[in-house]
Amino acid sequence: MSKRSIKRRHVYRQSALPHTELTPEADYLGRREFIRRWGLTGAALMVSPAFNLLGKDANAASTLPARLNSRFNSVLSTDETRTGYEEVTTYNNYYEFGTGKSDPARNAHTLVTDPWSVEIQGAARNGQVGLDDLIDERELEERVYRLRCVEGWSMVIPWIGVPLADVIEKLQPDKDARYVEFTTLADPRQMPGLARNVLDWPYREALRLDEAMNPLSLLAVGLYGNYLPNQNGAPLRLVVPWKYGFKSIKSIVRIRFTRERPSTSWNLANAREYGFYSNVNPQVDHPRWSQARERRIGEDSFFTPKRKTLMFNGYAEQVAHLYKGMDLRANF
Amino acid sequence: MPFVNGARLTTAGLFLLGCLPAAWLLGAAFTGQLGANPTEALIRQLGEWGLRFLLLTLAATPINRFFKWGLLLRHRRMIGLFAFVYAVLHFCAFIWFDHFFDWGELLRDILKRPFITLGMAAWLLLLPLAITSGRWAVRRMGYRHWVTLHRLIYPAAVLVIVHFFMLVKADLREPIIYGALLFLLLLTRLYRPGGKARQRRVSG
Repeated sequence: MSKRSIKRRHVYRQSALPHTELTPEADYLGRREFIRRWGLTGAALMVSPAFNLLGKDANAASTLPARLNSRFNSVLSTDETRTGYEEVTTYNNYYEFGTGKSDPARNAHTLVTDPWSVEIQGAARNGQVGLDDLIDERELEERVYRLRCVEGWSMVIPWIGVPLADVIEKLQPDKDARYVEFTTLADPRQMPGLARNVLDWPYREALRLDEAMNPLSLLAVGLYGNYLPNQNGAPLRLVVPWKYGFKSIKSIVRIRFTRERPSTSWNLANAREYGFYSNVNPQVDHPRWSQARERRIGEDSFFTPKRKTLMFNGYAEQVAHLYKGMDLRANF
Repeated sequence: MPFVNGARLTTAGLFLLGCLPAAWLLGAAFTGQLGANPTEALIRQLGEWGLRFLLLTLAATPINRFFKWGLLLRHRRMIGLFAFVYAVLHFCAFIWFDHFFDWGELLRDILKRPFITLGMAAWLLLLPLAITSGRWAVRRMGYRHWVTLHRLIYPAAVLVIVHFFMLVKADLREPIIYGALLFLLLLTRLYRPGGKARQRRVSG
C-alpha cells in the first residue's frame, strides 16, 4: 500500500464530513444542466437558491475530488451549512481581475501560480522562500470558517491551510517587529484589473503581530479539499475570519515584519470608511451602510430576512482579548 | 381596421419594450440566473433600469431637436412613467429584500445614510411628476405651472447620479458613464440658437 493511500484513509477517518455525504459531481452537474434546460419551471423554482422553497440543499457543493490531504480541525470549525462550491468560486472580490463579482472567475485563469515564492523581510529567514518551504503539506488543516464581507454578505468556507503562527515562528521575525504586512502579486501581464487605478497597487494588508499569532489566523492554500482556485487567491492567501473579508489578502508574494504600522490598501483608498483593524462589528456601521445584518450567500433566499451579524463575526471568544481596553469605535 | 392604427401599435410596442427588463429580471430571479447574490442584483438592476428610463426621458427633447426624430418625445410621458415604475420597484425591492419590512430600521437608514437619503429624495421628486403626468393635470394646473413642476426631473436626475456615486465602493466607472450622459443631456438645454419661441415649441 502506498503512502498516499494510507494518508487518504487517515483523512477519511478524521473528517467530520465524510465525502460520501457530498453530492457526487455527476448528480450536481446533472442538476445544473436540468435547470439550464428547463428554464422557468416549477422544478427550477424549487432548486434555485434564491427561491429555495424546499429548504437547504446542504453541502451539495464540492464538485471536486479531494486532492489535498488535511486534518479536520473540528474545534475551530463551524458546523453551519457550507456555502456551495459554485458560489464560493464565482462570487469574488479580487480587483486585480476586475471589480465585478464574476470578473475574477472569468479572468483569473491567466494567473501563474507555479512556481511561486514569497519574499520574506524583517525576519531571520529573509529572502525568497518557495511555497513548499513555507507551507509544510503534512501540516495542513481543514477549517470551516465564516467569511463576512464589508459589503454585507457572508459565506461559510472549508479552507485548507496552516496556522499563520506556525509559519511566523519558522520565519523568526526580528525582535522589534510588531506588525506583519502582506503584499499581493501585481503583474499587469497576468492581472488585467491592474490597468485601472481602482486601488493603489500592489494590494497590501497587515495585522498586529499578536493578531497574526492568534490560532484562528490561517495561511490557506486550498478550499473544499482542493488547491485554491485562482479567483480565490491561489496559491497562498490569508484567512482572518473575525475581520472583514478584504483583510484576508490573496495571492501573497511578500511577508514583511515591521515595527511601524504598515499602510493598508483600503485604508489608503478611504481612511474614513476602512480602518486598519476592520474587525467585524455590528455596532460600528460603515459610514455609508449598516453592518448590523448580513445575507448568507446561496442560503438566504428572497423570502428570508438578513441574519444578524455577530461581534467579531462570532469569534469573540477567541479574539476579543486582543482588543481589551481599546475603543473599537475609534479603532474600527 | 378602425381601432388598430399605426400610432397605437407603436404605443403598445413601446409599452411592451418597457416591460421587458422587469419580465427578464423576474424570470432570471426565478431560475436562479441572477448570480450568487440575487437580491442584491435585483435591487441594483431595477435601480439601473429606472436611471436608464430617466435618461431616455431627458433625451426625448434633444433627440427631437437635433436629429428630427420625434418618437421618444411623442411617448415621453410613458417613458417617464416607466422610469418612475422602475424606481418604485427598486424601492420596494429594497424595503423587502434588504430590510425585510423592518420599518423602524428603514426609517433610520433613510435618515442616517446619505446615499439612501438622496435616493429617497429623488424618488419623492419624481412622485408629483408621475401623479401629474395625465392630460387632466396640464389642464387643471395650467401649462406654465405644469412645465415648471416637471422641471423637477432635473434635480431628481442629478440626485440619482449622486446616489449611484455614493453607493459604489471604489470602481466609479458606471456612475461616471451615466453622469456624463446626464451632463450631456443637460448641456443641450443650454444651447438655444432659435430663441425663446423655438425653445418653447420643441420642449413643451
